[in-house]
Amino acid sequence: MKIIEGTSENFESEVLKSEIPVLVDFNATWCPPCQALHPILEQMAEDSDDYKIVTVDVDAENALAAAHEVSSIPCVVIYKNGQETDRRVGLQPRKRLEKMLGVK
Amino acid sequence: MYDVIIIGGGPAGLTAAVYARRANLKTLVLEATACGGQIIITPDIENYPAAMHISGLDFASRLESQANELGAEIKFEEVTGINDNGIEKEVITDSNTYKGKTVIIATGTKSRKLGLEGEDALIGHGVSYCATCDGSFYRGRVVAVNGGGNTALDDALFLSNIADRVYLIHRRDEFRGDAETVEKIKAKDNIELVLNSRVTKLIYDNKLEAIEVTDNNGIIRKLDVGALFIAIGRVPATNIFVNKVSMLEGGYIDGEYCHTNIPGIFVAGDCRNKEVRQLVTATADGAVAVHEVLKLLNK
Repeated sequence: MKIIEGTSENFESEVLKSEIPVLVDFNATWCPPCQALHPILEQMAEDSDDYKIVTVDVDAENALAAAHEVSSIPCVVIYKNGQETDRRVGLQPRKRLEKMLGVK
Repeated sequence: MYDVIIIGGGPAGLTAAVYARRANLKTLVLEATACGGQIIITPDIENYPAAMHISGLDFASRLESQANELGAEIKFEEVTGINDNGIEKEVITDSNTYKGKTVIIATGTKSRKLGLEGEDALIGHGVSYCATCDGSFYRGRVVAVNGGGNTALDDALFLSNIADRVYLIHRRDEFRGDAETVEKIKAKDNIELVLNSRVTKLIYDNKLEAIEVTDNNGIIRKLDVGALFIAIGRVPATNIFVNKVSMLEGGYIDGEYCHTNIPGIFVAGDCRNKEVRQLVTATADGAVAVHEVLKLLNK
């Protein structure tokens, strides 16, 4: 599955109403750990259809980031059935991200 | 069976991989997150010989490509432990166990924490260890930086261009960082120095609202801040090797010529006990460690 670019317009349909778990990655172009996290997420997106990966650029979507109380990036938030179930700040190993999503 | 298993894909580990592959060793690099380690957050490397200007991220990605091209295997798995069975070493990760004739520990360092109540829970809610990552969330707000080295000074300067006001809290009355940067700090109207003081309490309700600072005379001051950027140094990321290799108090692994006390287990980079922790000494360690690996394997 391809990574989806999250915006305030599609957040509800792509994230909150998703039938599969969603990993939302709040990031910015000027944040080096965010850039380092990106290839990990790309690989995950390529490898599995069991979950969805949505990236949100906090500069372009600052209202969305503020609404989700993001004040440190990279910030990874997991949504299941429209509810936030987990969140972590900083570069994470793939295994940990998969654990957060509840998949192998 | 690998000839050498390198734990950590930072500058030391990846340089070791380059040297190991050029010596034709079967080489595995285990990296928990992304290659590069601490160098990736450096926006511009200005002191690496001949590189002039390169971002830490580009440096890391070039070094990773170099190791890859030479035939090193790089796997993204988190190492959870090692076992020394004499001539065979076992490296256990979150998903596999690998066997190697030798191991190089190149796990680097991580940010030192204040150790205050609430600190971990507030990461992402007002407590940060990366000003360049999180500074822009505090545009026009009041923030604090804790520390006295170059990282703290650079953080304070960076934040002074974004935040309305920056408190720079340091436990001594003189900074360890460069004199030139200290002068720049003193010239800034919106940086207030809070010297001879420690952060003693985080005041929060879901997110950070204020900090309590205690000076050397025991006088307590409350500072209302939206964020606290902690830059009080780094500690070695060597917890998983406790009781496996001997280390100094504080966790650095002592090893002249990159040896540890265990034959066949070597150490390279910032987690090794040494005076100078720079990119150039990390890469140098990578080369030295492989030289020592070769001496052992060719015995």
